[in-house]
Amino acid sequence: MSVIHVENIRKRFGALEVLKDVSMTVEAGEVVALIGRSGSGKSTLLRCLNGLEKIDEGVITIAGHKMSHNTAELRALRRDVGIVFQGYNLFPHLTAGENIMLAPVQVKGLRKAEARAEAQRCLELVGLGDRFDSYPDMLSGGQQQRVAIARSLAMQPVVMLFDEVTSALDPELTEEVLAAIEDLAAQGMTMMLVTHEMRFARRVAHRTIYMRDGIIHEQGPSEALFTNPQTPELRSFLKAELG
Amino acid sequence: MGYNFQFGVLVNYLPEFVGGLGLTLLLSLVGIFGGLALGIACAIVSVRGPLIPRVMVRVYVEIMRNTPMLVQIFVIFFGLPSLGIRLSPFVSVLLAIVLNNGGYIAEIVRAGIQSIHPSQVEAAESLGLTGGQTMRFVILPPALERVMTPIISQSVLLMLATSLVSAIGVEDLTGVAMIASSETFRTMEIYVVIAFIYVGLNFVFRALLNAVGLLMFKRSRQRLLGRA
Repeated sequence: MSVIHVENIRKRFGALEVLKDVSMTVEAGEVVALIGRSGSGKSTLLRCLNGLEKIDEGVITIAGHKMSHNTAELRALRRDVGIVFQGYNLFPHLTAGENIMLAPVQVKGLRKAEARAEAQRCLELVGLGDRFDSYPDMLSGGQQQRVAIARSLAMQPVVMLFDEVTSALDPELTEEVLAAIEDLAAQGMTMMLVTHEMRFARRVAHRTIYMRDGIIHEQGPSEALFTNPQTPELRSFLKAELG
Repeated sequence: MGYNFQFGVLVNYLPEFVGGLGLTLLLSLVGIFGGLALGIACAIVSVRGPLIPRVMVRVYVEIMRNTPMLVQIFVIFFGLPSLGIRLSPFVSVLLAIVLNNGGYIAEIVRAGIQSIHPSQVEAAESLGLTGGQTMRFVILPPALERVMTPIISQSVLLMLATSLVSAIGVEDLTGVAMIASSETFRTMEIYVVIAFIYVGLNFVFRALLNAVGLLMFKRSRQRLLGRA
């Protein structure tokens, strides 16, 4: 059963068309990496998947929800679709634990005690079991990003989207975040990640999609795509990225 | 310059001064917290509300911030009766003070709300929070925390401005002083004493409001304790 189904979507920012008739499907348990140059439309595609950007044409079905402009329907969709951002976007006035508890309590109606236990469990999953009471500004970038992952996880999403989640991090901190994502992949979480970490995409993603100028230029099983790119554009992109 | 200070006569007016001080405190507290509630509500409408309420808030804020408070008091006390609305001096000044403070607080809080990065809203919405929940749990707390200092300054200014109520005969601290000075002619002594009382109130209000801030914002509290 497919978890994400995208059919002929188009997205324009003014006169600029950033997604030109994109279609794709992601199966349950699949990990898909989106790669491509800045401005290729990969982040926009990801943001369309949970309605942060509104598509101009086409159909998106994700986690059993059809993409809608209706606020209540969109909210129901977002409950099942986790997203982690490049800039973490933790709530600065709440501790790590409170950041994670907020949505389960307010959106799902969990009792405080249940939400607290769930938040603690999610923090342990990302290796931060001892930082429940730390405020975001007391944590390193890598730790903040792992809290953001835990915050998404606490909603028990059907699918998780990662938008360049390591781009703001040092190589050292990048590793700890990637390790957390790899753990999730191993547990069978359906994930789609926009990334510049080519080696990570190759190792963790079952499939990699190369985007260029708003279209899916080339895609395939990651190993095959990285060892044997078919188009000259992907070949030169990989050469530049991998050095 | 052989002025002979005589503070003795003031003692006779002690009950009146205490009463006036009580009224000043009452007007200030109602004005500060009433205005805060009104101002926060107006700030939310001005950034999130539909067009017509937003325009109404805008007009209200501009009127309050661009006219003297004394004129506002006069309009409410002397003007409204022409429209058939007759309010007692006390109710008139209370209304004027709350409305005046609401206008200033609305602008301060609006600035605070607008200083919150849109990515915070994206994160909240992505978690499935409603617009109202996002405002209440994600936007307002850090916004208010950020503008706590200007809110306290405005509150203290408001406390000082309550002295204007004496202009329509309300016997707050200044009103009592006016009566006492006209009866005793010890003008200098009386107003010097009053001035010192206002200075004292200033410190009391600052301390009080800072304490309220620390009670409301756990992070500020922890920072303070962490540094101590």
